Amino acid sequence: MSAYLEITGLNAVLRGTRTRVLRDVSLSVSKGQVHGLVGESGAGKSMIGKAILGVLPRAIEVASGRISLGGQDLGVLPLRERLRVIGSQTAVIPQDPLTALNPSRRIGPQMTDRLTRTLGWQKTRANHRALDLLEEVAIRDPERVLHSYPHELSGGMRQRVLIAAAFAAEPKLIVADEPTTALDVTVQKQILKMIADMQTRHGTTMLFVTHDLGVVARVCQSVSILHSGMVMEEADIRTMLTAPAHPYTAALLAATPRYTDPEASLVPVSDTVLAGVAEAIRASDTLWGRA
Amino acid sequence: MDEALRTSPRATPWRLWLSGGWLTLFFGVALLAPWIAPHDPLYQDLFLQRLPPFWIDGAETGHPLGTDSLGRDVASRLMHGASVAATVALIAGLATCLLGSVLGLLAGFYRGWVDQVISRIVDIWMSFPPVLFAILLVAVIGTGLTSVIVAIIVIDWTRFTRVVRAETMAQARMDYTEAAHVAGMSRFATLMREILPNVAPVILSVLTLQMGIAIVVEAILSFVNLSVSTDDPTWGGMIAEGRVSIHQAWWVLIFPMIALFLTVLSFTQFGDALRNRFDPVLR
Repeated sequence: MSAYLEITGLNAVLRGTRTRVLRDVSLSVSKGQVHGLVGESGAGKSMIGKAILGVLPRAIEVASGRISLGGQDLGVLPLRERLRVIGSQTAVIPQDPLTALNPSRRIGPQMTDRLTRTLGWQKTRANHRALDLLEEVAIRDPERVLHSYPHELSGGMRQRVLIAAAFAAEPKLIVADEPTTALDVTVQKQILKMIADMQTRHGTTMLFVTHDLGVVARVCQSVSILHSGMVMEEADIRTMLTAPAHPYTAALLAATPRYTDPEASLVPVSDTVLAGVAEAIRASDTLWGRA
Repeated sequence: MDEALRTSPRATPWRLWLSGGWLTLFFGVALLAPWIAPHDPLYQDLFLQRLPPFWIDGAETGHPLGTDSLGRDVASRLMHGASVAATVALIAGLATCLLGSVLGLLAGFYRGWVDQVISRIVDIWMSFPPVLFAILLVAVIGTGLTSVIVAIIVIDWTRFTRVVRAETMAQARMDYTEAAHVAGMSRFATLMREILPNVAPVILSVLTLQMGIAIVVEAILSFVNLSVSTDDPTWGGMIAEGRVSIHQAWWVLIFPMIALFLTVLSFTQFGDALRNRFDPVLR
């Protein structure tokens, strides 16, 4: 299988400084695979997704590195062309369904915006497509939902609408940014399964940002473990779970709570491991400083 | 999943009805003043000076709210004064809103040097004392309705710019704005479709506030005789004249004050109530 998404040596810095937010990130995701980005808060998981989609916060800029989608290097494209490629080939499933839909617009046009505006579909065709997708995510009475405002729907329903919207234009790549974090635990599992099913059915490549190793084990085929914007380990899911190569990965796995023995399973990441991580980051920064 | 499509029952919006009712009356009277006013507001009858309002002994039936010290009918002057106030509120309010909001949207959405330039001008502008500024301006460009309106626009646009800029910045950080960008929408389309509709309720509520303020500024300028020519009846002018004869004829002062107070209050209340009703986030 060929790699669809390929990132090599990506460095992002605070604008105007040499302080790195992403440190020499490289990863590749094969077509139709789900790749997990795992790390603590502030590890730069979401930043990688935002860098690909070109929506980094103002204060952060890409300093060096290569991002390519389907063999197409995004960095060499002129801005307009790059926006077109991103617009037609990617989509996002956002973290918070409460802020991801515009409160003053109806669901229908928000779902079909990309189809009608960027891809030039006819309105009726786009609406049919939206209805089909809403049915696919098991929304009853999709016709009514299309004409609803976001505040008329529950959080779980909105997240399903967002999932449907993400798949609307048959994107090649979907960045799912902690799509279940803001949801009720009872809804989480259901939504997760829905995303996994949709992904399999549509054969979409997916970048799955999360801090939950349990979620990773369920939906991802490969994974990158991040700390301080640096990839500690990139591995396929089986290797990561059974024979982690990096001590930090092993420590994260050990820190995952289990129902069978909750107390023993909650092992904090040890200082020696963190010292090792810090050492690796220092070494990388020294190299970067010389460059 | 049926409970998810919910509707919220609501109590009768008294605030909306009361303020809306008064504003309807205000604009109605302002529009129809030439036809419904019982007398010529400028007609002086020195035999009928300082007639009291209808419930006090000595009132004349033709003058329900009495007459002033030149024998002019207070009710008629009040109605014609409403015309001036309404003109100022509408034109000055809308023009201020348009200028200030556009600048606020640009500053909040494009940021960078656009924001720097606009924000610094706002800072400088706001360090002038507004009423003194208005008086100075009218003194320089001359009195008259147009000057008053221009003065209000020149002074008050910053009120919109600051509020709209802040709200636009908040909206620009929302996930749906980011999503529109990822989906390949142009910057301008994003501004118009994703941001403006969500900033509109704020603009609306500042607009109604501004209309009230415009009326107050007009009254202040009339009070110091810098507004419309002295002949034309304005609420501020009536208050100024009433002040002189407050011991003999308090009604000349009190009625325009009540009208001014109720109108300004209604504007702010109407704006707030309207926003509560139509802002989808607050619903």
